[in-house]
Amino acid sequence: MPEMDAVQLRLLQEVAGLHDIPEGAYNLRANGQSVGRNTTANIDIQTKKEASGIDIHIKSGTKKESVHIPVVLSQSGLKETVYNDFYVGDDCDVLIVAGCGIDNCGTQDSEHDGIHRFFIGKNSKIRYVEKHYGSGDGSGKRILDPVTEAYIDEGSTMEMEMVQIKGVDSTKRTTIAQLKKDAKLVVRERLMTHGQQSAESIYKVTLSEDGSSADVVSRSVARDESFQKLDLCIIGDAQCSGHTECDSIIMDKGRILAVPSLEANSTEAQLVHEAAIGKIAGEQLIKLMTLGLTEQEAEEQIINGFLK
Amino acid sequence: MLELRNIRFKAEDDDSSKEIIRDINLEIPDGKFVVITGPNGGGKSTLAKLIAGIEKPTGGSIIFDSEDITDKSITERARMGIGFAFQQPVRFKGITVFDLLKIASGTKLSVSQACDYLSEVGLCARDYINREVNASLSGGELKRIEIATILARNVKLAVFDEPEAGIDLWSFNNLIRIFENMRGSKEKRTVIVISHQERILNIADEIIVLADGEVTEQGSRDAILPKIIGSGYAKNACPKIEKGGEANA
Ligand SMILES: Nc1ncnc2c1ncn2[C@@H]1O[C@H](COP(=O)(O)OP(=O)(O)OP(=O)(O)O)[C@@H](O)[C@H]1O
Ligand SMILES: [Mg+2]
Repeated sequence: MPEMDAVQLRLLQEVAGLHDIPEGAYNLRANGQSVGRNTTANIDIQTKKEASGIDIHIKSGTKKESVHIPVVLSQSGLKETVYNDFYVGDDCDVLIVAGCGIDNCGTQDSEHDGIHRFFIGKNSKIRYVEKHYGSGDGSGKRILDPVTEAYIDEGSTMEMEMVQIKGVDSTKRTTIAQLKKDAKLVVRERLMTHGQQSAESIYKVTLSEDGSSADVVSRSVARDESFQKLDLCIIGDAQCSGHTECDSIIMDKGRILAVPSLEANSTEAQLVHEAAIGKIAGEQLIKLMTLGLTEQEAEEQIINGFLK
Repeated sequence: MLELRNIRFKAEDDDSSKEIIRDINLEIPDGKFVVITGPNGGGKSTLAKLIAGIEKPTGGSIIFDSEDITDKSITERARMGIGFAFQQPVRFKGITVFDLLKIASGTKLSVSQACDYLSEVGLCARDYINREVNASLSGGELKRIEIATILARNVKLAVFDEPEAGIDLWSFNNLIRIFENMRGSKEKRTVIVISHQERILNIADEIIVLADGEVTEQGSRDAILPKIIGSGYAKNACPKIEKGGEANA
């Protein structure tokens, strides 16, 4: 692995599950600089000229390939905004793994704002995995304000897996999607906040043409004195179907504000939202305790399962 | 040996308090298969919860293996070898059948071991091992998984609260076999089953009838069963066929 120290390698493993250089196309960014890149015959990566970031071009017909673009920050006080644009052709089937790990041992805030835009062609299948992770015991905050935009053309499917389980002090995650005819979006978000952390997660999905569908499910756990705001909105402009679900466990002195919303602009739009917030059910704890777990162990198992 | 000495339990509501268990004394020796029966609301589940530590008695003491466990927590009792299968099993989001069996066994359970437990309760392991123990499981499936979690534990005393409820006839035969195996095992497991089913009462060493929070009958199967058959405490699998539709608990 090129020019990365132990802390950076650990972060890389957390956010991208990488122990070594990934197969296929990748771009590794560490402390504000690109430290490694690979392109393939079908996937090209170019550094942006006018802004910080990269353009990723995936040729039509690219199948069973992957792109990894993890970012690690281990230098206290670093603040960056990075623009990454994905241009995906028609009939593709690719896995895209992004994610950011921040380790802040210093006193100054570190912040990474990744702006990811996806322009997806027709009849393609994209699986997008994004993990955010923070570590380090400095007083400086670890801040991540990602923006994800997806423009999904006819017949394409995008699956997003968004995970933030640990160590990020403040986050405002915004995801915007626009879907054309027969396009489909599936989102699985997993969020956990501790201590004094705050997390805001905003989804705005527009189903603009017939046959489009979206299923946005967010599961979250707010512990200690943390705060979460979950704002999930689906807009139906045509014959479409949309479902959003916020399912949250609240613990200690945590606070959660769930504001699911639906906007139907067509009689043919079928939209549903569900939201539930509650503490861990007492009977779940009791059941696991009758199997020999302590109350704390039972709690951990329930949360682990819930966020899996 | 499990011993209940002068066990009382009062449920406190806002202003009223209700005596649910009134001064129960029981001795259940090791290796016995005991069936507790009695009318709905008689206090059977409450008694089971008192044994498992889910409820604390308002009076009396519970002795298990010569140790007073009255003040021990649910976890401590579980670790001493007490297992409890709920009348209404709990559902979990995200926890799989395999996860639950692993937790129950308290060891690094292998997939094939887990499959054995599922087969024992008549579930095709391959179809269930990775299923979540959530609302997608049917009542009968959940009930059988609940029983499998007890099998996965190495318990000295197993308490099953109406294990047959919602279970089809084929599995019912299986269930009887499970109890017989537990009783016949060399570990001399004590099994307490709360049930209304004649077929389960039929394999009991001892039968206890609990009504209105008190033990009204107690003794060997041969002594008790004739007294309660037809009284409505013991139900056949299909009372309508057996009794022309007038059977009622
Ligand atoms: N926490 C409680 N507060 C108030 N009443 C309770 C409480 N727990 C149980 N009861 C009441 O105590 C009585 C005994 O309940 P229990 O569940 O033990 O009966 P059971 O014998 O198991 O009945 P079933 O055969 O229907 O399962 C019932 O009348 C029930 O409503
Ligand atoms: Mg009961």
